[in-house]
Parts: sequence; C-alpha cells; structure tokens
Amino acid sequence: MDDMRITERHLDQKDIKIKADNVQVFYGSSHAIKDVSVEIQDKTVTAFIGPSGCGKSTFLRCLNRMNDTIDICRVEGQILLDGENIYDKKVDPVQLRAKVGMVFQKPNPFPKSIYDNVAYGPRIHGLARNKAELDEIVEKSLRRGAIWDEVKDRLDAPGTGLSGGQQQRLCIARAVATEPEVLLMDEPCSALDPIATAQVEELIDELREQYSVVIVTHSMQQAARVSQKTAFFHLGNLVEFGETGQIFTNPVDSRTESYITGRIG
Amino acid sequence: MSDISASAAGLPGKSSLYAESDRTRRRNAAEKRFRLYGLGAVGIGVIALVCLLASILGSGLSAFQQTYLKVEIYLDPAIVDPNDARLMEDPDAVRAELSKVLTFGYAPLIQGSLQAQAEELAAGPAPEITPQLLAAMVSSAAPTTLRDYVLANPEEIGETIEFDFLANARIDQYLKGKVTRESAALDSRVDVAQLNAADELLDLGQMEKRFNWDFVFGPDASENRPEAAGIGVALIGSAYMMLIVLVIAVPIGVGASIYLEEFARKNWLTDIIEVNISNLAAVPSIVFGILGLAVFINFMHLPISSPLVGGLVLTLMTLPTIIIATRAALKSIPPSIRDAALGVGASKMQAVFHHVLPLAMPGILTGTIIGLAQALGETAPLLLIGMVAFVRDYPEGILDPAVGLPVQVYNFTNRADPAFVERASGAIIVLLVFLVIMNLVAIILRRRFERRW
Repeated sequence: MDDMRITERHLDQKDIKIKADNVQVFYGSSHAIKDVSVEIQDKTVTAFIGPSGCGKSTFLRCLNRMNDTIDICRVEGQILLDGENIYDKKVDPVQLRAKVGMVFQKPNPFPKSIYDNVAYGPRIHGLARNKAELDEIVEKSLRRGAIWDEVKDRLDAPGTGLSGGQQQRLCIARAVATEPEVLLMDEPCSALDPIATAQVEELIDELREQYSVVIVTHSMQQAARVSQKTAFFHLGNLVEFGETGQIFTNPVDSRTESYITGRIG
Repeated sequence: MSDISASAAGLPGKSSLYAESDRTRRRNAAEKRFRLYGLGAVGIGVIALVCLLASILGSGLSAFQQTYLKVEIYLDPAIVDPNDARLMEDPDAVRAELSKVLTFGYAPLIQGSLQAQAEELAAGPAPEITPQLLAAMVSSAAPTTLRDYVLANPEEIGETIEFDFLANARIDQYLKGKVTRESAALDSRVDVAQLNAADELLDLGQMEKRFNWDFVFGPDASENRPEAAGIGVALIGSAYMMLIVLVIAVPIGVGASIYLEEFARKNWLTDIIEVNISNLAAVPSIVFGILGLAVFINFMHLPISSPLVGGLVLTLMTLPTIIIATRAALKSIPPSIRDAALGVGASKMQAVFHHVLPLAMPGILTGTIIGLAQALGETAPLLLIGMVAFVRDYPEGILDPAVGLPVQVYNFTNRADPAFVERASGAIIVLLVFLVIMNLVAIILRRRFERRW
C-alpha cells in the first residue's frame, strides 16, 4: 500500500451533505446499528470499512431508505439530507432515491438494452422532454461512467451481455443519469477483477467532483486509495470516523488499529 | 473420513489407479442401477402414453368419418303439402302450414323412394333385402333432415332432389369394421341382409364414407341415433367457459399474486392466506362443484346448466393454480432487479410493472395456460351444476344451457349403444387436440418471452 499518498492528501473544509444523529437500526429483535452519528461532506468520498456483519451496508442502505423494503427492519434517530430529515413522514422514499442514487455489490443491469438501462431513470423522472435530450443524457451518463467509448456502437445490445466490470460501470452510469446529489456504493468492486476495480476506482475519484460519494468496502487498500474520509464500524458501532490518512496511519481506537493491521476482522 | 481409513487399511501408501477399488465398484454399480431405474421409469411413461394414444386414436378417429346413403326423393306435394300451402304469398304462413306435417309423415317418402332400389338389390346380389330393411338402413334422423329441407325450401316441393342421408349406426359401424357378420347375427337391430346390401351400395357408389363435419360442429343426438350425434354444443359450451375463466381468473389470480408477493407485509395473516391457497389447490374439484351449486345456483339464482355458472366454478378451481404459478414466477426474479429499479428512484409499482412482471411473464403465462387446460378437462364440478344435461340447441349466450367437452365424453360413455364408444373417443381426440394446442402455445410463449440475466 502506498502510504505516502494517504498522508499527502489534504482536505478542504466543505459543506455537510448528510448528517446522521443517533441512528439505531433493528432487524426484528436484533440491534444492528447502535447509536451511529456521522457527518458526510459534500464532494467527498467517504468510505465505510469494517469486518463482515458490522452493519456498514445496513447503515448505507439507511441513507436512501432502501431498508424500507425489508419488513422487519426498523430505523430510529434522524438522518438529515441538506437539513431535511429523510425519515420524516412527509418524505416520499422514491423522491429521496432520485437524489441519493445507489450502486450495488453485484452488477445488476436490467435485462434490457444498454440505452434503456441508462434511460430508465430519466424516463420515470421526466428529466428529458424529447428523444434528443434523452440521447444527450444517456451519452453524458455513459461518459461519466467511463464506458461510453466501449459501448457507443452497440447501445441496443443487452446490458447483461457486457463483462462484469463494464456492467458495474453501466450501473454507475445508470445511477448518475438521474442527476443524484449523493451516490451510495455498496462494495461496488467486490465482484470485479483488479483491472475493472482500478477502472471503477478511477471513476469514483472523478465522480467526487460533482457528488458526495459514500462507499462501503471490504478492502482497506481500496478505502485508502479512493476515500478522503473513513468510518470504521465494528459490531454495529461506529468506532472511529475521521480523515482517511489519520485512520490508516494513526488510529485513535485500539479496535481500529487491530482491524487495519489485520488482527481482527 | 471413511474413504481415508479405507485406503489406509488397504495397501499402505500405494494403490494403482488401474485397479478399481471395492468402494468405487460399489459406487459405480449404484450409479448404474439408478440410471436403469430412471430409464425404466421413462420407458413405462412412454409406453403408457403410446398405449393411451393408440387406443384412443384407434377407436376414435373413425368418428370423424360417417357413412352417407344417396337417395333421390320426389317431394310429393300430396304428402309434404296436402293443403297446397306453398302457393300462399306470406312465407311465414307457408312455413306455419308446412310444419303441420310432422317428422313422422316424412318417413313414408323415404321408404317409397327406396322401393325401386330395394327391388333391384333383391333381384341381384342381396336377395333377402326388403324395402323395409333397406329403409331401416337409413338413420332415423333422416326424416328430420328431409323435413328441415322442405321447410327451408318450400319452392322445391314437387321436384326430385338427391339427398345424402346418414346411414344407420350399425351399417356405419359395419363399414368401419366394428360390426361383423357374427355380431350382426346376434343383434336384433341389424340384419345380415342389410350388410350385404351395404357392401353392394358401396360398390355402386350410392353409399360413401366421408369426413363428418357434423360430428365436430353438430349438436348431440338421442340414444338411438348415435350416427347423428355431434359435439358442437359441447365445443361452444367449453369455449364460453374458457372465456369466462380467462376473463375472471387471470386478472384476479395475477393481481392477487402480485399483491401477495410484492406488496403485502409478511405477517400471520398473509401466512394464513398462503397456506389456504396451497390447500385450495389440493381440494378435490367436485367440492368446488358443490360450492358452485350452493352459491351460484341456490343462492344467487344463476341459471342452472349455464356456461356462466360452469365458468365461475372453474374459475374458483383454477385460481389457486394460477396464483401459485404466478407467485413462483415472481419469486424467481432476482431481488437485485428490484433493488436496481428502486435504486434509480422507481416506485414499488414501477419496479414491479416495468421490470419484475415482464421478466416473470413467461412463467405467469405458462402457469395460466396450464390452469386453463386443467379447467378445460374438468368434469366433476360441471356434473353438479347441471351441465350434464342433454342439450341439442346451441347456446346463444353464457346464460343458455350447454355442456362441456369432458362432460360430453362422459355422456357418450354412459349410453348403451356401442356406436357411442367411437363418439366418446372422437370427443376425447378433440379435447386432446385443444390441450396440446394450449400447451404448445405455453411453450412458444415461454420461448419467446424468456430472457436471461
């Protein structure tokens, strides 16, 4: 791991995009997330790391209310997006998810054409008035997903026919097509080979210019490579949250240190 | 674990790959045995199917052919129109006057026309034939045919017209090889002389076998004229019922499945519903017949024997099948597709209708068509709601009495005359053709809509 790069990185003071206050998540009777408070900055990559089952994915899914689809899941506390509580009764989760896009662990393109995959979001949100505008959005999104050059000649081909890495970048393009403000990524590279991973990581770094990116990852190297802020979760607790360089070089908590040095997890 | 100990117990260290160990030999023998069982099971199935098809086709295909006797008939005005009604102006009055001559009155016409033929045959190859015996070779449905013709064409009274009358069932069966001279000798309803005459008429070209559309589209006929019996009413009745099942069961079934699978919260209530649906699928179909009798006929007073009631009962019976198949199809769609749709901000309903439902479509269609096919072949519940009646009039709507195809088969097999065996098998062939077509449609739809991801 290239430690020099981490320490060299410095952070500007930026706006708070998401602010979580004392968030508790219960699956039936089990307490999955215990009292997590965290502030996620705009135009920053924030990484959630921790051993399996520590609740990092659960917490990520709270940020766009994907946990609503699980009947037994219950969320307490509040999560503010630009100062608005996303768990307020008045908030429609569908509207929220248009603002907070998500990329999943396994590439999951729709079994439709590449074009339709990207165009689906803009279509249902009415972002394009006509075909030309839609074409433009699709091209822009595919470019932002760093996959345009590979697929521009076969937009009618099924999205499921692409390679794993291409599929994942297609999913990222699909997520950015709806112009979200926050992009959540749940282990986006765990199903990819090292070359595809490198491409996606490069892409994440570029996305940082426009979005606030939150990425859950199993790989500490990846967190170190792509993120500016890192949160370490352990057994449902947020153990430590801080600048990536500081977490990896000089952790405050002994559990963080044990994890990054490979003694637990 | 035992593998290790076994090899350790054998040759310590080395064993040749060329020599089959005891364990491997036993394992291979077991595998071979299992393959044989499988092959045997498939073989038995194939043999059963072949026997079934051979027996049904063997006895049923001949139902699609019928023997006709050519008879030239002089429509004698003195008999068919004693009051000279054909000269009146008003066609309704003509009809009213003509219909005063009952079917019974037309029988002498046919017998009279056959007189010359009978004498000719008696002089030559079939000496024992008499005009009465020859007339008896014509179906007792012939006078009705004749009368219907006269009522429809009163202007042809007084002319000589050539008619093709159905031959009596015994003669027909003889020409199809199902009545032999030995069996005819014991049968009071057929005389050996008639069989000789039939052979002769066939040679002369006055009798012929040809394709019998009346079997497929004609109405049923009474006990003693199997040659005239058809399954037309049953076809229409079954078509109406399928239509009702399609229109009612499919939307309800698919809607209920989508709701239960995608929207309903999983709690004790949905658990109970789920268990009940599974149980309903296993309820004997006759129970649905009793339910239909109690609810649709006794309580709601819908007309008895009508395709509407039949369709409703079959709907109740088919719903669990459709729901179970649809839910299985929806369940088989990976949750990642739902996540993907929700992740880009689709509502639950958009996710279901834009993505999940199209992907589940082949499964849903297959399940639905199998449910329909099952309903098409169902007999027991229809017996209880009065669809077993003898119906000769084509139903003009879903409220008129009708029968269903399988019930028609049941009706045919219930009748004493052996000629109905052929009719029953013929009706089964038609039913099987419909079932095969439906299953083929299911397979084609499945192929067409199937997508991989």
